[in-house]
Amino acid sequence: MLQLVADGLVVGSVIALGAVGLTLTYSILRFANFGQGEFMTWGAYLAVSALALVLAVTGAGVMEPLGPFSFGWQLIPAMALAAVLTAAIALAVDWALFRRLRRQGNAITLVIASFGAALALRNLVQFLYGTLPEYYTREIQIAIRLVPRDVLGGLRITPDQMLVIGLSLLLVVALHVMLARTTLGRAMRATAMNPALARVAGVDVDGVVRATWVIGAMLAAVAGVMAGVVGQVRPMLGFDLLLPLFAAAILGGIGSVWGAVLGGYIVGLAESFSVPLFGAEYRAATAFLVLIGILLLRPTGIFGERA
Amino acid sequence: MELIPALSYLAFFLVFAGIFAVMALGLNLQWGFTGLFNVGVAGFVAVGAYASALLTGPPEPDRLGGFGLPVLVGWIGAMVASGIAAFIVGVAALRLREDYLAITTFGIAVVIQLVALNAQAITGGPFGIQSIPKPFADALGAGLAWNLTYLGLVVLVLGVAWWALDRLVASPWGRVLRAIREDELAAASLGKRAAAFRLQSFVLGCMLMGLGGALYAHFVGYIAPEDFLPVLTFQVWAMLIVGGSGRNAGAVLGAVLVWAIWSVSGGLIRGLLPAAEQARGAALQVVLIGVLIAAILVLRPRGVLGERATVSRHAAGD
Repeated sequence: MLQLVADGLVVGSVIALGAVGLTLTYSILRFANFGQGEFMTWGAYLAVSALALVLAVTGAGVMEPLGPFSFGWQLIPAMALAAVLTAAIALAVDWALFRRLRRQGNAITLVIASFGAALALRNLVQFLYGTLPEYYTREIQIAIRLVPRDVLGGLRITPDQMLVIGLSLLLVVALHVMLARTTLGRAMRATAMNPALARVAGVDVDGVVRATWVIGAMLAAVAGVMAGVVGQVRPMLGFDLLLPLFAAAILGGIGSVWGAVLGGYIVGLAESFSVPLFGAEYRAATAFLVLIGILLLRPTGIFGERA
Repeated sequence: MELIPALSYLAFFLVFAGIFAVMALGLNLQWGFTGLFNVGVAGFVAVGAYASALLTGPPEPDRLGGFGLPVLVGWIGAMVASGIAAFIVGVAALRLREDYLAITTFGIAVVIQLVALNAQAITGGPFGIQSIPKPFADALGAGLAWNLTYLGLVVLVLGVAWWALDRLVASPWGRVLRAIREDELAAASLGKRAAAFRLQSFVLGCMLMGLGGALYAHFVGYIAPEDFLPVLTFQVWAMLIVGGSGRNAGAVLGAVLVWAIWSVSGGLIRGLLPAAEQARGAALQVVLIGVLIAAILVLRPRGVLGERATVSRHAAGD
């Protein structure tokens, strides 16, 4: 019981981070970006390459584990580098594709384009890195027993998993402060509400669009690395998370950061609790059930405004 | 080149192009005429293929069916099964924002893939379904004669579907679809119930995709979950966008063109790359087609054959 909750929260944290990026791009760029999952995959794989680079530059060769974690400090600069490169990819795709389609002014064309871009990005990863899974470290981590076995089935969790939960909360709080307090954050919220009015009021809408891509892609890259830390880095990593991402963003209400976080946790917990009920092989269908449920009952989501 | 193998390959190529054209016609009804964005094409194709395989196949002891029914019954069953799946999805998603349909259809395709892979008692799991009957194969054998006969069947089905769709979209019903696509509010103000028309168009389009799946199953004689991966959705979309959505001729032309590009690039990759690199080459093939879709969307949004402007014969009296 408790173990299922903990597993759900770990998966939910990864989903939450990805969904926050998705909900931002959805509300500001005004289209459902099917490429968000691929930014996670690219972030995870770029971190693999960046880690090799950092290890080569520092001459460390093998990564010494950092404290209780399975990875060394080298993964932190590698993750930062991967996030920057993923943001650059997002900006490049926007420049080459979405910017031109935005001018034509049909939102659904952007969705098709993002679907095509996602397939191209995913297969490019497969072409460059192959299909075998990669790992940041082969270090085996012993799970810590937090709750003894006789209390609600007990609870074991690895330090890596605790870090994933903590780091995603920290990033979301930082994003919230940025959106609430800074000039860029206000400009982004204004653009989400009414782009034309924001432009008239002197907001640099093109700059806001670029900032949105950068933030969304960097969050996705970090989420991808975290998924890789607690699992494996695979070409389908992002694709498999895309449906949970959409379910979480819609569940929370498009445009709501805290809604996306809550949605992420709910989808993660639902996936985790579905395993003893329906078996692990149907785990991926849970997000779809959540999605259908919310579309039938309250399509605007938990924190969404009434249409 | 020997004549018989060349003819055989040509028939093989055209059968596949024809099957894809049936699916692209279904997608054109949804996207080209109604503006519905369906990302679950592969899922609805899979439902049709499995339905027909179960209805017509020989009995199997350790899974459902094999009911041994005639192939024609299987094809009709395929359309019914895909139609029911589409109805369920459509009721949930069509009354909402247009991009929610995209997300929901994406989801149903993922779920159908999971069921195909795991529900061994119905779908045969990862091994799929073998020995799906090939119509007239008893009389004609497995050679060129059978390929040509099946090509005839596919062309016949394609022709009927094309003719029926042309009639449909030219009818008042089709006019309402385009009115909804262009301006839903205006159509609603004339008393047209947009949600009902959208649902009808969505279900009909998915029935054609299911029929395409059944045509595929009975041609190859063997289906497995990996035949219905998202890349299939992507191919059909590429066909519609390249050919030009909003015109049935565009959908059919796109199917032939993109399938030709796909076959030639696949042949080149198989010929040029060593065996160990084939998987990577296949990935590169998808990247190239993805770039093609994106480039056409940016440079020539109407495709090779775009939709013709429809002007009332009363207004055009010059």
